[in-house]
Order: sequence, then structure tokens, then C-alpha cells
Amino acid sequence: MAGTINPVAFLGRTRRRGRIDITDILSWLWLIGGTIAVLVPVVWAGLSSMKPEAEITRFPPSLLPRTTQQVVVPGYDRPLGLWTVTIDGESREMAMVRRIGIKAQMVDPENPAAPVSVDARTISPVQKLTIATENYSDPLERFNFLTYLKNSVFVTVVATILTLIVNAMAAFALSKYRFRGDKAVFVLIISTLMIPLTVVMVPAYMVIVGVGLVDNLWGVIIPTVASPTGVFLLRQYMLTIPDELIEAARVDAASEFRIFWRIVLPLTAPALAVLAIFSVLWRWNDFLWPLIVLSSRENFTLQIGLNAFQGEFSVQWHYILAMTFLSLLPVTVVFLFLQKYITTGIAGTGMK
Amino acid sequence: MGELKLSSLNKAFGAVHVLHDIDLSVKDGEFVVFVGPSGCGKSTLLRIIAGLEDVTSGRIEIGGRDVGQLSPAERKIAMVFQSYALYPHMSVRKNLAFGLENLKFKRSEIDARIAEAARMLAIEPYLDRKPRQLSGGQRQRVAIGRAIVREPDIFLFDEPLSNLDAALRVQTRAEITRLHQQIKTTMIYVTHDQVEAMTMADKIVILRAGRVEQVGSPLELFDYPRNLFVAGFLGSPRMNIVRASIAGIGPEGASIDLGHGAVLPCDVDPAAVRPGQRVLAGIRPAHFQRVEEGGVPFVVQYYESLGTETYVYGALAETQEPIIVHETGHFAPPSGTRLAIAPMPGRLHVFDPDSELAIARRDAGQRRGAVHGN
Repeated sequence: MAGTINPVAFLGRTRRRGRIDITDILSWLWLIGGTIAVLVPVVWAGLSSMKPEAEITRFPPSLLPRTTQQVVVPGYDRPLGLWTVTIDGESREMAMVRRIGIKAQMVDPENPAAPVSVDARTISPVQKLTIATENYSDPLERFNFLTYLKNSVFVTVVATILTLIVNAMAAFALSKYRFRGDKAVFVLIISTLMIPLTVVMVPAYMVIVGVGLVDNLWGVIIPTVASPTGVFLLRQYMLTIPDELIEAARVDAASEFRIFWRIVLPLTAPALAVLAIFSVLWRWNDFLWPLIVLSSRENFTLQIGLNAFQGEFSVQWHYILAMTFLSLLPVTVVFLFLQKYITTGIAGTGMK
Repeated sequence: MGELKLSSLNKAFGAVHVLHDIDLSVKDGEFVVFVGPSGCGKSTLLRIIAGLEDVTSGRIEIGGRDVGQLSPAERKIAMVFQSYALYPHMSVRKNLAFGLENLKFKRSEIDARIAEAARMLAIEPYLDRKPRQLSGGQRQRVAIGRAIVREPDIFLFDEPLSNLDAALRVQTRAEITRLHQQIKTTMIYVTHDQVEAMTMADKIVILRAGRVEQVGSPLELFDYPRNLFVAGFLGSPRMNIVRASIAGIGPEGASIDLGHGAVLPCDVDPAAVRPGQRVLAGIRPAHFQRVEEGGVPFVVQYYESLGTETYVYGALAETQEPIIVHETGHFAPPSGTRLAIAPMPGRLHVFDPDSELAIARRDAGQRRGAVHGN
């Protein structure tokens, strides 16, 4: 059915058939504005990550990655920048030797013997579209990008799997078993939502020190595994699974773990997918906690590694932008694969 | 095997006592129906037998074993739930296999049992479908199939037909009865529908407010209700109840005065009543007949024609007590018609108005024996 929608007819729909209402205009404005607001920073970061270092900070800022063309002129050691110069009403491309105040000394690459002096305000650089692939290749070679990536992937994948299992177990107990104090336990778990990370950071760090997990990836993973948001999300979803299904499984001689593993977990898949997306985002973008726990370079995650491009005196924006853009990709891919579960919502349960 | 024995079973949820001293024994291969109004505890009783609910006190034996502490699976029972409770993410085949896999059956045995059950229930074409791709009737059959493959000692059904439409309900009812004749396993069936109880049961257990009111074969309960509740619950439309008194006791037995000068012989035990005693007379609509003389005057209000039968609604001429009379075939009395009606011989039930119990009949022992003999 999705294939049969005519895109023109779909986009051309109006509130009232055949005429454009004020709400149509407003919704188009709103949607276009929203798209721009969301898209521009990402697109700008993507394009800028391909600019040479000098171009990023140029004013006025440019959109496309361009660079000043350079030529090798005999008699000069360094390559010289190529500029468009207008002399006697004739436009010529000349290389700039040096610039003093408002005067620029230019030389004709064809005839390097005779430099001329021109007004620097009348010249403009000759530019061409380039892609500064070294923004990507340099960090991959010189910095331990692959190590950071490996650490980030390890932390994200392991923490997400553990988060799903641990939270689903807690949610199963809290939604399907009646025991003394079940409500109190649930409220206690939920109430920890209100405690910000900054409050528990120091005690949590002391625990990590105590168990000897400092500068260890497990020290990053384990404290994040149990999340009240996850327990809440999964419990509320599991409440919608009919108790009769679990009783039927019990009559069918299934052990409690088998009921959890074979009946409840598969039926919770949409909620698990949502939690998986959250968990991947949280762990992938996590900065503060890994920064505290990890101290040696070979254990850095990507986000901590990126921080290394930000020195005390200089910020290597071209590398940061390129690596940031790379670090966005895995999350985007995960989201693409799992997004159908978010919109699926509650699937038919086969119950009346 | 499939005998079931409940002794002094009690169940309380907190302070709410839902089952009181239930005693019941079910023979192997019997089809027993628990019936009663909603909230009478029939589903709780079934869930206790299944092991899904603990008992507060009392003893449950299946096949002579005390199963009170055993899990549902260890009791060798299978249950068909009201909502069918099919696992929605598994195909029909996997639904049927799940219980057997849990019991560590061999693959070949599982496949053989599934094939057999699928053939018996005609669900072979759907084995690879998911439950949501099936109609209500098909889901129902899959749910029964899931119980059959386990080859349990006792089948438990919890209002299995309540989600089906009327036509399908009649059909599935017949299928379950046929299934029972085929596999001859004990079945316990919970329903609030007295028609299901009457048509399917070998033995009916009528429950009210957590107490067993009467146990017996459908016709035994229909012909000899122990009290007003059972009399009113079985049979549709309900039994007519009118105020009456014992007119006298003679050599022929007792006679009863229905008012309006209608004095009729009745078969209550003369020793159990005294002349002038106030009683309640119960007569089923189908057990009235029109008479030329000596009947009770009855004024027609309206009637319902069902083609093969007619229900005439009206009231007794003097006391205005509402009465329903059943007539076979076509009968169209205009509103306001006065008819004389009288109960058929031996079809008059007499109840004590205070205890609501049926007053003993003169030949109760003999009749009871005859019914059991059938």
C-alpha cells in the first residue's frame, strides 16, 4: 500500500479538497522550518568536516568545502596562493609572494622574474571545490581512532545487551509476580530517576575504585546497566501481556525462566527495541562517566578520544568535526534498523 | 487416571471467602459442568483444580494422588482458557509443540502427536499460521489442540465458548461433546450458560456464592431441583413460582391449593407437610396445559411466536402473579384472553418459602433410582 501512494498527490493534499487553507500554509512553514532547524547543523558539520583547517574559521563562513589554489613558482621554496588580480582593466591570475599592509606583492607564474605590487583590497583568491580527506585519514593514522571505536562499540554493545536483560528481568518480576512490597520496590526504583548523575558521581566513582574497575571498560559498563527508565518502560509494557498467557505456559510445564525467555521477552520486543535505541544513544554519547573512569589512552572511548583534539591552546576543529561526523554513523545505522519497532507499538497479541 | 476428588475445599482471598467446603468426586471419563451465575466461584474452583490458585484448606486428589502441592504440569491436566491464551508470536505448530518441548519429548513423538491432533480438529491447513491470522473458531480449535497433544488425565475448560458467535457456539459445543466421546478423558467445563450445561454434561455441579447447590445429571437436576435457586437457574424461560398452600392430606396423598379454587393433587410426602401450610409452587412454562375446567384462571398479556413453539406471557387473574406458559406450535391468543391452565401431573414442584428447599416427594427414592439407572 505504501508503494501505491502517488508522491505528488500525497504531498499536495490540502485540508479542504481543491483549495489551499491557511492551515496548509502554516503547516508547510512549520514543517520546512523544523526540517531546516534539524538538518542545517548536521549538514554544516558534514560539509565543514571536509574543509581544510584554514577554511573552517574563515569569515564570512562558506558552505561548500573549497580551498585556495596554489602553484609552484620557480625561485620560491613554498607553493604560492593563486589570486585574481585586475591590472590595467585586465584580469589575470597571479601568485602572491607576500602581503604588507594593504599592498600585496604578486608574481606572474609564467614570468616569475618581475613581481608587481597591487592593492590587496582589489584581489580575490582563486578557489576550487576540494575535499580535505586528510581530516579523516590523519586521525585514523596518527590517533588511535580504531582503538577508540573498538572501545566505544564494546561498551555500547555489551552495556545495551546487559541493560536489556537485567531491566527485563526486573520488569518481569515487578509486572507479573505479586509479592509483599512489590509496589514499594517499584516506587523506590522509579524515585531514583530524580537523582541526577552529578549527585551520585563521586560515591559511584568510589565504588568503582573499591572494586578495582578504574581505567577498565567494565567500570564504564556496569554502573549504567540497571536503569530506572528501562525498568519503568518494560514493566508498563509487560503489564499489557495477559496473565492468561503466562498461566497457559505454566500449565504447559514451562519453567519460570522459560516463560520469561520464550513468552514474555518475545512479546516485549517493541519495548525492548525502544530501550535498545535509548541505551545505544546513551552509551555511545556518554562522556562524563567514561572521562572519570578511564585514564589510559588505549581504553578511551570515541567521545573521550575526540576530547584529545581539544588542546589547552588550540582546538583542531577540522579533526573534531570529521571524527564527530564519523561517530554519528553507527547510531544512525542502529536507528534505521530499529525504528520500525518504535512505530509498531503494540502488535496484535492474538488474544480476543 | 482421571478421577478427581475434592474434600472440604475452602478458598479465601484475604477476608473474602469465595469457596465454602466444596466436596465433589468425579469419575474417570466423566464430563462435568460447573455452572452458576457470575461470581459464584466456578472459575476459581477450576483454577484451584488446575493448580493456578492455592487452596486455603482442603484436599485435592487426581487419580488417587494428593496434588495439593504439585504444579499445574505435574497434575497432568490441560486447560483451555476463555481467551484461548495462544502464544501470539508462535505458529500454530509451535503453540502445540511448546508444552511437549517443555516436557522433553522426542521430536518424532511431538510431530506425531501434533499431526494426530491437527487431523482430529481439522486444523492441518493452519499449522504454519500465527494465531492472529485465524478466526475465532479456528483459534478455539487450536487451543483445544494444545490441550489434546499433552494427553492429560483431565481437561479443564474455562468458558471456552463465550467469545464465539451464537452459530459457532452451537457447532463447537457439538464438537467438544464428540471429542469427549472419542477420547473418553475426564473433562471439567465451566460455563454460566445453562444450555451448555444441560446439553454437554454427564454431571452438572450448580454453584452459588461459593457453595455447591446440587450435583447430578442434567435431567435429574431439571426434574428434581433441590431448591428454588436450582429450579430457577435451569430451564429457559425460568420456572414460574406462585404462592400456594397445602389444601389437605387424604388417602391419595396431599393436595395443593393454587388459589382461585384450583385444588390439585400433588406428590409431596404427606408426612412432610401439614394442611394449611404456606408453600411455593413451581411449574415450568412447558409443564402447563390448557384445561376445560378446574384450572387456574390466567390472563394473556402478549405472546412470542418462535414458529415451532409459542411463549404466552400473562398473569394469574386474581393475584396478578406473572406467569409464562409454553405452547407447542402456533397459538395466538389476543391480549386479555382468559385461559384456564393447570400443571401436568407430577410436574408440580413444591418449595418451603422460608428455607427455599424443595419439600420431599412421596416417591423420591424410587424416582431417583430410576434416573440414576438411565
